[in-house]
Amino acid sequence: MELNFNLLSGKTALITGASSGIGKETALTFARNGANLILISRNEEKLKKLLKNLEGFNINVDYYAVDITNSELLKNLFSQLKKSKVIIDIVINNAGIMEDAVLQMVKTESIKRTFDTNVFALIDVSKRASRLMIRNKKGSIINLSSIIGTNGSKGQSIYSASKAAVIGFTKSLSKELGPLNIRVNSIAPGFIMTGMTEGITDCVIQENLKSISMGRLGSTKDVANVILFLASDLSEYVTGQVIGVDGGMVI
Amino acid sequence: MNNEKLVKAFCDALEIEENIVKDDLKYQSIEQWDSISHMILIAELEDVFDVEIDTDDVIDMSSVLKAKEILNKNGIEF
Repeated sequence: MELNFNLLSGKTALITGASSGIGKETALTFARNGANLILISRNEEKLKKLLKNLEGFNINVDYYAVDITNSELLKNLFSQLKKSKVIIDIVINNAGIMEDAVLQMVKTESIKRTFDTNVFALIDVSKRASRLMIRNKKGSIINLSSIIGTNGSKGQSIYSASKAAVIGFTKSLSKELGPLNIRVNSIAPGFIMTGMTEGITDCVIQENLKSISMGRLGSTKDVANVILFLASDLSEYVTGQVIGVDGGMVI
Repeated sequence: MNNEKLVKAFCDALEIEENIVKDDLKYQSIEQWDSISHMILIAELEDVFDVEIDTDDVIDMSSVLKAKEILNKNGIEF
């Protein structure tokens, strides 16, 4: 279902991992709801394609092809935003990677890569963005966790640990920023069809479907609509929460 | 001029009276200057003086005098 109620009219949203999957769908959903967009992704080519899709909406769109795990580049990006007097109302910490392996086969580099993107960069973005949000004493930060972070999954201990860290961070930061009227929430998607899940075999999908009470896999739209709710004033009294978007999946 | 701007920034951020803002006023020495209002103060100082304050300096800003030293490091003279 596409929601076009102009729920974010006049607001500016920064989205990481914006060029594909949930990030891209969120950008499109936000555009339909009137938000100005600051899109961040490592992949400039995909960002430019997304920009084409966003033509025709009466919104401002800026994009930055930046690897958010590079703290220096991130610092420069936020410096630029501060100089431009950009007011950030919404931050979607969506960028993430998933590398599956049983623990004995996990390489140290893979652990580092996963935590650099899924945790450290998310914290860095939140820290820099919230500094800008404090000025306006309002805002909404939405961190993408995962059902794997809440429930665990074999062969995904590192990914699970990184996504569990996102939840702890969300809950603590919501307590710090609550007095400043900045809300911090997390979303824990279940089995969502994105680029991340492209390689998964039919057999595995069928097996997973058995654990989803609604009997279907999730779409990026399913997740983007809940992000829209958390970004909008409809959820103005909601903070420190983890909302599952999983069709009743049990793992 | 910069001193007046600094005093006003402290007053606005911490919601305190001008006469309280002295060099020896210390972080957490008054109820109004707690960790939450410290974040507001940093944002206010960054805006008023058009500077960017590093995390080390955010931690280090333990008094009004220290704030002046940190701003001085960023090219603001008092």
